[in-house]
Order: sequence, then C-alpha cells, then structure tokens
Amino acid sequence: METTDHLFRREAGRMVSVLTRIFGVHNLALAEDVVQDAFCRALEVWSFRGVPENPAAWLMAAAKNRAFDILRRERTARTFAPELGRLLDSEWTLVPVVNELFGSNEIKDDQMRMMFSCCHPRLPEEAQIALILNILCGFSVDEVASAFVSSHSAIEKRITRAKHVLAKSKNLFEVTAPEEFSARLPTVHRALYLLFNEGYHGASAETAVRTELCREAMRLTATLLDHPHGKTPTTYALAALMSLHAARLPGRVDASGNLYSLFDQDRSHWDRQLLAEGATFLDLSATGSELTEYHVEAAIASIHARAARIDDTDWKTIVSLYDTLANIRPSPVVGLNRAIAVAQLDGPERGLEEIRRIADCGRLAAYPFYFAAIGEMELQLGRNETAHEHFRAALTLARNPMEQRFLKGRLRACEPQDITPVATEPAIS
Amino acid sequence: MSEFTYLFRGREVNASAEQMQKTMEKWVAWFKDLGAKGHLKDPGHPLEHAGKVVSGKKKVVTDGPFAEAKDVVGGYIIVEAKDLAHAAELAKDCPILQVGGSVEVRPVQKLSM
Repeated sequence: METTDHLFRREAGRMVSVLTRIFGVHNLALAEDVVQDAFCRALEVWSFRGVPENPAAWLMAAAKNRAFDILRRERTARTFAPELGRLLDSEWTLVPVVNELFGSNEIKDDQMRMMFSCCHPRLPEEAQIALILNILCGFSVDEVASAFVSSHSAIEKRITRAKHVLAKSKNLFEVTAPEEFSARLPTVHRALYLLFNEGYHGASAETAVRTELCREAMRLTATLLDHPHGKTPTTYALAALMSLHAARLPGRVDASGNLYSLFDQDRSHWDRQLLAEGATFLDLSATGSELTEYHVEAAIASIHARAARIDDTDWKTIVSLYDTLANIRPSPVVGLNRAIAVAQLDGPERGLEEIRRIADCGRLAAYPFYFAAIGEMELQLGRNETAHEHFRAALTLARNPMEQRFLKGRLRACEPQDITPVATEPAIS
Repeated sequence: MSEFTYLFRGREVNASAEQMQKTMEKWVAWFKDLGAKGHLKDPGHPLEHAGKVVSGKKKVVTDGPFAEAKDVVGGYIIVEAKDLAHAAELAKDCPILQVGGSVEVRPVQKLSM
C-alpha cells in the first residue's frame, strides 16, 4: 500500500478538527499534540511494518486512542468541550460519544466548524489565512512562512496571536445554525479567495508551493460545497473562478520556470478538465439574485477560457465585466486590469488614459506589473525609451527570479532591433 | 552470510506533517529494498520511547531512558550480510542518517560447537 500525496497534511486538518471539538477550543494545543503524536507513531510503525491498508483510518484510530487516554487520565484535572460536558465524565457515555464524534459525517462538520472558527471576525484577513493553512491544511510555521515569503518569526507571531484569539472564544463556531452560518460565510469566501490568490499571484518563487496553495483553497471550497448550508450560488462562483484560473497554471510557467503572460501562453497546455469543471460551477452559480465579485471574476476567466487564441478574446465583454467589478469591489488592481482590457479593445493610448485615471494608484507603487503594464503600452506606441524606464522600475520590484527573468525579457524587447510586441498579463488573469 | 543487528538512534524533531510523511515513505522504500535484495532477516520492531530501566544489585527501577532524543534507541532489525563491512555499507542508505540519526551495526554472535 502506498500513501497518497500529502496524506499526513490532509489528515492533520481532519484530526485536529475532531479533537478540538472533543477537547474544546481552549485545548487546541493539546489537540495539536495528539496529532503530532499520531504522526510519530505512524512514522515508526509504518516504517517497520509497511503502510497499512487504510492509512487515513489508521491515523484517525491512533488519534482516537490517544484521545481516550487523555480524556480518562485528565477528566478531573481539565475541562473539555463544554457542550459535551458530563458525557465525557462517565465511562458509560464516553466511549459511544467519542466513537460517534469520530464518524466521517461528524468529521466533515468539524472541519467546517474549524474553518469558520479560523475566520473569526476579530482576526485580520492575513491571520485568518495563516491559521487556515496551519490548522486545516497541516502546514508548519516554516511552510506557511515560505508560502508567504515571510520570516519564520513574523508568521509564528501571527499564528500564535491568532490561536490565542481562537482559544479564548467559548466554543468552536456552530455550523448547524443557518443564520449564523450565512452571516460568517462571506468572510470564509474571502479567506479562501485570498488563499487561492496567494498561490496564483503570490511572491513565492516555487511553482510547486504556489500550486499547492491553489489546490488547498480548491479543496476547502469543495468541502464547503459538500455542506448543505455552504452550497450557495456564491460558493459555486468562487469554485468556478478557482477552477478556471487553476486550469491556466500549466500554461503560465514552463518546465524551466519561465513565466508566460496570458498573451503568449500556449493554450493547449490549459487543463481541459478544470476548464469544464469551472464552466459547470459557473452555471450553478447563476441562480439567486446576488451578483458577487466572484461571479464577475469567474465570468471574466470564462471568456479567456473560451478564446482559443488571444486574438479571439471578446475584450468588449471583458471591459464591461470589469466595469461591473469596479462597482462591486473597486480597487486599484481592478482598475489596472480594466485599463489593460481597454488597451486591447481601443488601443494603447486609451489604455494609458485609463491607467492615469486609476484612483488610489499609490497602492500599486510596489506592484511590478503596474509598471510593466505601462511599459507594454508605451512599447506598443513605439516609445521604447519610456517603455524601458517602466520595465526597469518593474524589475526593481520583481518578487522572485521568475518575475525577474520575465521582465528582463521585456527590457530586451525595448531595444531598438527587437520588434516583438507582447502585452503583459493582467494582474488578476 | 552472517547476521547483524541494526540499532537505530535519533528521530526527527519539530518536523512538519509533510516532512514526516516524506521520512516515513523513505523508510518504507528502504525496508522494501533491503527485503527485495534478501538482506532483511527479521524486520524487528520499533520501540516506545518511554520505558523503565532496572539497574544494579539493588534492582533499582527508574523511568527512562532519559537520554537525549538522538541517543535513544528507536528500534532494531536483523540484517543478513557478507561481513561487517558489507553490513555497514548497507546501513548507509538508512533514512535515519538524513535526520541526523545513526545506525549501530553489531554482528550477532553465533556459537559454533
């Protein structure tokens, strides 16, 4: 029997969720210890005896046995989950209750409880994402730090603080109450969206790391779709935009780590299956009355997906979708992407005009593709020197060698003998 | 062919879930390889880290071994090899070395009468 990729990491999220439900959220650290212990045990026993027939069930059983030990040994000294109260005190109820909580349907709900708890309104968004990665996706502090291109100590601080907030809440978030569920759902959507974006547009130089973040965001979105209250048109829209973007990942970076803009990707490398899934999700999202930013972004991505070649792109519809997006969630990045689309539709001069009109464009001052977009339009207008200046500015802001290589390529394109105009990739696309 | 005991010492500390899975997979592959080449005489056992130590004429029983993680024996197996040098060579592929651990290779004494 072979283990599947990332089995430990995936199971870490499931185990810690059910254990926290039993021990209580104030005992989160204890739950994490039990998970670590189950992994140590698996490492030792499986090494010597081979991987068991059902590795996930084996790990869960190891965690359950350890939970029984702790509950029996410490039930007088510690308080566990208040809602289980007395049930854990007597041997008569302890065994059936814990066995039931380790049932697969319960565990699904527990993951949902944990996901919603991580999206605590008192936590800043970046802390919510770090917490989701750490608790539900089994990333260590170092792994979260490397995914965010941040220091170990900064991420450790962020996660420790966030766990402190979590541990102080009385209970895990209760997912069976429909009203509270709907009230917290937008925060959860946003966190999953940001997690996906960190993978798709993030600063990490390692494609594998970024692909993993996208995959984790998609996996958690799928668990949301699996929940009766989570299966909303907006969740479908979020799933659609993730699938449609993820489908393009194989075309975005080649085997040697070269970045390709949307304008010069080999579209035959796009993942057909993900494109089809995305289209299905987009259809399912088109019910109800709510139009969210996820609906619009998914619609934009679907138009790109539909174009077999860049020249077939329906830029007119894309510009109008960006208009809608700017109304729902205005941001300088949306403004920039809109300007790039306008440049495609009405020419680079108009694109530059739109860029100059972006409100709050100071927030793009550290974003390499802001300067790259201007450079691209200047280049198309034959103003190579101005273009060169902007690509230089972009290069100084590049966040990894991949972006550096890409921008150096654009700089070379500004040299007089080179005439291969290629527009830059829209930031969100 | 002679028999040798491998004593494994050391374990990964503060490893992430992903790293532990990777380590485990390496161990499984290493055992499989030893077995396929006919070297694995007895797959031995992993050992719990906590136990008791009974010592001296007074038969004092203490909790232990309280050695550092790198010194605790984590398990043993019995390997068949041509000679001690060969057995030591085979131990070089053990994944425990990658996490800073060690393999102690000891010939099993055979009394031939």
